[in-house]
Amino acid sequence: MDVFVDNWDAIRESCLRTLEMVIAAGAIALVLGAILAAMRVSPITLARAIGTLYVYTVRNTPLLVIMIIAAFGIPDLDVRPTLSFGDAELLQFNVFFIFATAALGCYTAAFVCEAVRSGINSIPLGQAEAARSIGMTFTQTLRFIILPQAFRAVIPPIASALIAMAKNSSVAVGVGVTEATFQLRKLTNDNPGSLWELFIGFALFYMAIVAVIAGVSAFLERKLRVAK
Amino acid sequence: MRFQKVMAAAAATLLGLTLAACGDDDEGGTDLSDVEEASDLTGYPKELADAGEIKIGVKIDQPGIGFQEPGADAPAGFDIEMGRIVATRLGIDEENIEWIETVSDNREPFLQNQTVDIVIASYSITDERLAIVGQAGPYYTTGQQLLVREDDKETITGPDDLADLKVCSVEGSTSLARVEEEYGAAPVPFATYSECVEQLENETVDAVTTDGAILLGYAAENPDELEVVGEPFSEENYGIGYPKDAEGMCEFLNETIEGSFEDGTWDEAFEATLGESGVETPEHPTVNPCP
Amino acid sequence: MSGANVLFDAPGPKTRVRHRIYTAIFLLLVVGALFWIYRKLDEAGQFEPLIFERLFSDGVWRELRKAIVGTLKAAGISIVTSLAFGFFVAAGRLSDRAWVRVPCVAIVEFFRAVPLLLLIILFFFLIQQQADLERETNALLALVAGLTLYNGAVLAEVFRAGINAVPRGQSEAAYAIGMRKSQVMTLILTPQAVRFMLPAIISQCVVILKDTSLGFAATYTPELVSSGRRIAQFVDSYLMTFLLVATIFIAINSVLSFLAYWLERRLATRGRGAQRAVAEVEGVLEAG
Repeated sequence: MDVFVDNWDAIRESCLRTLEMVIAAGAIALVLGAILAAMRVSPITLARAIGTLYVYTVRNTPLLVIMIIAAFGIPDLDVRPTLSFGDAELLQFNVFFIFATAALGCYTAAFVCEAVRSGINSIPLGQAEAARSIGMTFTQTLRFIILPQAFRAVIPPIASALIAMAKNSSVAVGVGVTEATFQLRKLTNDNPGSLWELFIGFALFYMAIVAVIAGVSAFLERKLRVAK
Repeated sequence: MRFQKVMAAAAATLLGLTLAACGDDDEGGTDLSDVEEASDLTGYPKELADAGEIKIGVKIDQPGIGFQEPGADAPAGFDIEMGRIVATRLGIDEENIEWIETVSDNREPFLQNQTVDIVIASYSITDERLAIVGQAGPYYTTGQQLLVREDDKETITGPDDLADLKVCSVEGSTSLARVEEEYGAAPVPFATYSECVEQLENETVDAVTTDGAILLGYAAENPDELEVVGEPFSEENYGIGYPKDAEGMCEFLNETIEGSFEDGTWDEAFEATLGESGVETPEHPTVNPCP
Repeated sequence: MSGANVLFDAPGPKTRVRHRIYTAIFLLLVVGALFWIYRKLDEAGQFEPLIFERLFSDGVWRELRKAIVGTLKAAGISIVTSLAFGFFVAAGRLSDRAWVRVPCVAIVEFFRAVPLLLLIILFFFLIQQQADLERETNALLALVAGLTLYNGAVLAEVFRAGINAVPRGQSEAAYAIGMRKSQVMTLILTPQAVRFMLPAIISQCVVILKDTSLGFAATYTPELVSSGRRIAQFVDSYLMTFLLVATIFIAINSVLSFLAYWLERRLATRGRGAQRAVAEVEGVLEAG
């Protein structure tokens, strides 16, 4: 247990980095995923095609490959973003963090898109037909009839995508981000005797994040429960 | 018109292939004709010489030291040249050298279970290792240094300039930990040194740090854009590893190394590999006495 | 819903024009972005012919072939072991005996909540400390162990969902004619459940294949991403090399997915009830 006490600062910082990544990537995934879903069901053929191509490509490529393409390809575009919200170490976001988070968000967005689409598809046909028969447009149908109902159906698969994303944040260690898994590897290298403690400690950390997401999802599902 | 296009394409291809082939060209390495075959071998070296073949553990991912291009038959680099010198002294032909990839963690196990006969793989001599294996030499002394872009070589001259700068090295390496803990740099871990160098070229990190020898290899590939700066701020002595208690190995290897200092083959080997970075050929290290 | 065409009327003349305008704007944006990317990459020297010479040279293709074989090997072994592990854990999960069921639930929940990379790292260090086989075998073992436990847990859930998706009447009828639980499982439920489970199983196989890319944590180098790193160094372009690697992954996974589609057709899971069952089982999978 000493290994945790001795390195507490480093551990805390790396875990907070992971949390920052999860939150930022989650936001990107939800927004981009919703846009992609809208594209995939829209009447504009080009939008549908691009959406489908995006999802297909992302689903069949490993996240690590996407992160590597981001980390090494984006600088070629002369784009090297950094962000800073203050003086604290944790409020500084270096290029690699941004690349990895963007990659993670864009990757998960594809799965969020599929989740939203399956949610939309789970709404009985009659609802859309009724909406159209009273003259609602595509946008109105989506906004007032389909999406509110789809919202409830969509929560479990989106939660599942976000849980996968939280765990996938560990892959960022491959592209230079000093997050929780990086710290785990470093500490295990230096303290091989504490392998089990370290592993269980960090496992619990990730499990906690997963539990929070699952809890929020369950809570929302309960609140939105409607007699069918 | 079409014929011209075809010729142009053929020319481009030929040019491309030639340039690609140029990447690993070093005129076949050091000229070994000056290296004398040892005549009075005993013990372990004699066994190797009698066997007529030798297995040498090397790195294959460190340019200038031990690097094998995709699809190439054999690795090339300073360590490989030292290996060839040893083999020649044992009277073993080059075709009978088997180069075996060793990563940092399995150098000792490979010597212990005789997967390899000797190890020449940027293998630092340390007391912990001497307890398990034998290490002769050093044949090269280096230390942790910094690799920076040409434009930065005035502003980053040593580890003290690193505070808050992004410094890249291999994940889990002592180099990375050292710059973070002792000099306040922001560590950026990647899986290989090459990726670090790529990020340096991409201007997303400010420096790459590890043993100077390895950095020189990269600088050699790109001497106009990359530069190794600063005095070494740690000490690494590269030695030749052999199975512990292998009789006569230490003396033989030390003799070989010192012989290469005298007959100029060591200098030649350096110039053909790490020397391509433009750095001066260093002084010959002093070999440790045998236990 | 049978598709987007329910959400909107067949477009009338004014809408058609509007759509054309939207399409035109979209097209402009897309082409503009692509052009900008092209120009930037060109400036960065990513389109040097030398890069492509090297990328498509014999040496690189030899390396890639080895990598593909290595990836498929690790994936293949892991698929078999995951199925086996998942099967046994699922059987335990469905058991009536609490002392069997509860630990199995714990196993499933634990391995699904922990990142796969963590498991691989754990096994890498464990195996390094204990076994002393060749390095590559150690690495393969660590990778396979991690993949098995993780995907086995997911597959256990798939099996369970598949069994549960079989209409209740089947098992009720079986019990009614006096079959024991084990007979009901093997003779009645499992054969029918397989139809529902196959798409999800194939999806998980795609995931296993993609996850071999995490082999770097176990120093398993003959797979596509690690080879990609070596090749990228030689070719001097990480971007192009990994675009190639991505294409290879997409190609392999497309073949796998096509297999799933073909199997779905062959097993005649086309009826509404069957589709719903398949969807239920797939719902158990993790998204990504």
